[in-house]
Amino acid sequence: MSNNSKINLDTLKKLGKLSRIPIDETSSNKLIEDLNKIIGFIEQLNEVDTESVNPLSSVTGHNLPIREDVVDDGNKNNDVLENAPEKKSGYFVVPKVVE
Amino acid sequence: MSNLLQFSISEALSLLEKKEFSTKELVETYINAIEKTKDLNMYLTTCFDQALEQAEISDQNYLNGNQRFLEGIPLGIKDMFCTKGIETTASSKILKNFIPTYESTVTQNLWKEGAINLGKLSCDEFAMGSSNETSAKGEVINPWNFEEKRTPGGSSGGSAAAVAAKAALAATGTDTGGSIRQPAAFCGVVGLKPTYGRCSRWGIVAFASSLDQAGPITRNVSDAALMLQVMSGYDHKDSTSSNKNVPNFYNDLGKSIKGIKIGIPEEYNSDGISSDILNAKDITINFLKENGVEITHVKLPLTKYSLPVYYIVAPAEASSNLARYDGVRYGARIDGNSLDEMYENTRNLGFGDEVKRRIMIGTYVLSSGYYDAYYLKAQKVRRLIKNEFDEIFKQVDYLVTPTTPTTAFKIGSTQDLLTMYLNDVFTVPASLAGIPGISLPIKLDKNKLPVGIQILGKDFDEQGLLNVANVIESCASFKDTPDGAAS
Repeated sequence: MSNNSKINLDTLKKLGKLSRIPIDETSSNKLIEDLNKIIGFIEQLNEVDTESVNPLSSVTGHNLPIREDVVDDGNKNNDVLENAPEKKSGYFVVPKVVE
Repeated sequence: MSNLLQFSISEALSLLEKKEFSTKELVETYINAIEKTKDLNMYLTTCFDQALEQAEISDQNYLNGNQRFLEGIPLGIKDMFCTKGIETTASSKILKNFIPTYESTVTQNLWKEGAINLGKLSCDEFAMGSSNETSAKGEVINPWNFEEKRTPGGSSGGSAAAVAAKAALAATGTDTGGSIRQPAAFCGVVGLKPTYGRCSRWGIVAFASSLDQAGPITRNVSDAALMLQVMSGYDHKDSTSSNKNVPNFYNDLGKSIKGIKIGIPEEYNSDGISSDILNAKDITINFLKENGVEITHVKLPLTKYSLPVYYIVAPAEASSNLARYDGVRYGARIDGNSLDEMYENTRNLGFGDEVKRRIMIGTYVLSSGYYDAYYLKAQKVRRLIKNEFDEIFKQVDYLVTPTTPTTAFKIGSTQDLLTMYLNDVFTVPASLAGIPGISLPIKLDKNKLPVGIQILGKDFDEQGLLNVANVIESCASFKDTPDGAAS
């Protein structure tokens, strides 16, 4: 990859930290190469003049509907916990976070 | 009894009503077909017992004359749709053993009208891919020239393959950048991506929420109309769901297309596009002219920027959506010494390589210092692409393009990422603009593989798309069956 590669091992580790995907340094070269390829590809957009263009985040053209702030569904405690890998007394269980 | 496999949905409905055969016989025939086509690796989960129970209810309804709109029609469901009580994994290890406690709106709509679930169909992991090769359960094999082991396309590869192989009468798919249309083209079936908002996204495993849209994959255009009619409709549980009236797509099929204007965008061409595909486009143009359609050549110069926009917007939304897989609430958990270590172990072993790459790209383009340069820039170009379609639809009623640059390639033959991404070069623009598109088979290429043509239309004009497709379908008279199909 050229010198202006956007992603190196340090950036990759930072992305890994942000996305909670651990980076295996011994096999990271291929991933770095792939990510730089994609970044190089998406940078084509710099050719497009977007001065004074409003960003488009939704194509629906309608504002998000607002409903009355009342409970219209509920009592799903058991459903919500149904697929939890570990649960106890109606709660999700995670590894100890407070010493 | 295996000749029951030949009937389309509309034919099966009318024969069931006449008691020519029972729903139970129809479902048993499809169960048998699924067993026979096991080597194609299409189904991740089957629910035959439940299907047979449902068949008995359907037969009762026919007996009493209370049959519903799709009574007794056996379907395959892409594994992106949550199905109550039936494992739903999005073809990912991280959702192994996830049994939803609720049903997606689209599948619920189908069951409410009497359709029957045969099982869950493989796809690329979290619908990220164009070849079905990223599925945690291994690749699906295209039933066309099945001994050559070609890809069915993706991400709805299992759905398109199952419909082509007669292992489902029809199937559901989801399309984020071409995931219904591209596999439909590769497998010689009809795939319809409706307008964004036409079908509810509630209960569909989220990939890129501003692009994801459910749609049908069927043997022919009229079946697509029947399926779409039931799948569509407003849903208060999806804030982007449209409350536009759902037309009677099936009844209104068959309208003349004389005098309509169709544009042929010159940018829907690429180096390496196969001559068979260009030929299929020319054949289609001739069919249209014979039917009194006015053909004009049009320009959509921003087309080439669609893929780069897509590979910013889709991974960005995916990195956010997939943050939920943390080993706490559902799916797999791999233990660790701390909470962070548990998250990392779970995500490391749970996600495949393509999903990890996209999460990382998405995280990168959203991260502080890069957000404006990538994500915001992509949203701006997306606006321009949508404007370009809006303008072109002031001049023409529909656009006709090839669905894909090539026909089905061999599994494992595309190792380069960007080459793989280019599969979606003709389907991604419509996804970004939110407009509907349909792919239908025209002919076989020199390798006896199906070639698909895509029609694009204005927002919520699925009816028009279906009418145009219906005319092209009857002219093309594509009747071939893949050698890997059940018989």
